[in-house]
Amino acid sequence: METRQGIDAVMLTEADNVATALRDLAQGEEARVGVGERIFLVPVRQGIAFGHKLAVTDIRSGDAIRKYGEVIGRATRDIPSGTHAHVQNVESLRGRGDLEAARKAHAV
Amino acid sequence: MQFKGYARPNGRVGTRNYVGVLSTVVCANEVVDRISRSVTGTAAFTHHQGCGQTPVDLARVNRALVGLGRNPNLAGVLLVGLGCEGVAFEEVAEEIRASGKRVECLVIQEEGGQARSVARGHLLAQELVAEASRVQPSLHPISDLVLGLKCGASDTTQGLFATPVVGIASDMVVAAGGTSVLGEVTEFIGAEHILARHARTPEVAERILALVKRMEDRAKSMGCDMRGGQPTGGNIKGGLTTIEEKSLGAIAKAGTAPIEAVYEYGESPKVRGLVVMDSPGREPEILTGLATAGCNLIAFATGRGAPQGFPFVPVVKITGNVVTWTKLRDHMDCYVGTIMEGTESLPSAGRRLFGELVEYASGRLTKAEISGYSNSMDIYVTGPVI
Repeated sequence: METRQGIDAVMLTEADNVATALRDLAQGEEARVGVGERIFLVPVRQGIAFGHKLAVTDIRSGDAIRKYGEVIGRATRDIPSGTHAHVQNVESLRGRGDLEAARKAHAV
Repeated sequence: MQFKGYARPNGRVGTRNYVGVLSTVVCANEVVDRISRSVTGTAAFTHHQGCGQTPVDLARVNRALVGLGRNPNLAGVLLVGLGCEGVAFEEVAEEIRASGKRVECLVIQEEGGQARSVARGHLLAQELVAEASRVQPSLHPISDLVLGLKCGASDTTQGLFATPVVGIASDMVVAAGGTSVLGEVTEFIGAEHILARHARTPEVAERILALVKRMEDRAKSMGCDMRGGQPTGGNIKGGLTTIEEKSLGAIAKAGTAPIEAVYEYGESPKVRGLVVMDSPGREPEILTGLATAGCNLIAFATGRGAPQGFPFVPVVKITGNVVTWTKLRDHMDCYVGTIMEGTESLPSAGRRLFGELVEYASGRLTKAEISGYSNSMDIYVTGPVI
């Protein structure tokens, strides 16, 4: 589907390091990523499904993942630009009863 | 702009004119279903609570039943209990009556079982409906709308299109002097700092942060990562990675109005404007909570397509996902994927939704009402069944 701006993925603020795919993106194509009025190209390194996120810059393991200009999680591995950023390489920082339990076990 | 509604004796205005057949306890559901199915103009509310619970939870159930009975979309109420439940049956009936509406009571153990209860309940419900149908609708200002805000079956399109559109419509309701109720505290996690900035006073900000902490602590007390439960498996398939991401999209439905007050689950707001109510995000409990708070209309943003409505409050489904709009068209009311397609701006989609909400408030039927997809409801409790 063609959007008015002719963009393939949307980045919500300039501070973000991921963009949301507005259609299925295929490996090898150049995605037109829109942020405000600016459009830039990101080579797609792996297939990204509609609604899923791709890294628009090289993200290092441990870096914060930013969308809406806010932190939505942390990279658990390096996420190269143009690859899929999702549950396989991004962890939440909230509701982590597992970490709390591990901390308690350690304290005993 | 005005909507066509039903004035109630306590000054509230309904968008619908049902007789509510309300179960006070899980054990009365069978009778409630049978009565409601056979009498036109009734709406059944059944649930799984009301007995074998801690006093804290029983108090919540009492409060919820009172709120449901007082909802302005009900002209009258038939309360059905078993007779030995933990719910304070008589007090609930009295508190609903205090709003000025007629309340009839049916206790299965006193009537002598299901058949006798259904027979007398059928006659009582018919009488109540005959009385309710005499109430004529009239025009009322938007300030009489109490709009519930909800999102569900989320994907990433929802936070980009559907919730921001709902946010604009909610701001318009608030600007006109109406009330919007924001629940789903689980989906504040990771976005609570933004909501706290929208609080009218530092006290309100503190209460928002405290609600979120209480909800997150409950989730963490299970000793596991809540991902999979929140965000759900379906959310993750839709591209949502973390609760933070889901929350940042979800809170857009509250718009930009200041948050005036914070209430416990099922409490009826005492002020107008945007307010927060404690509740989880799951449909049966939050939809019930909004109805309990006195909402006469609910705006429900969805991504992957949540079908459920509520037995006596119109629930308007808004989606920006073209696949959902096409495949689940029988459950969706308003399409806002037009924003992505470039045929409509976000503000104009917001104004269009506001106009449609007023139509639904005035009697236009939602898909959930037409399909009758609205009976699996429940009251939110926090303790064990004992």
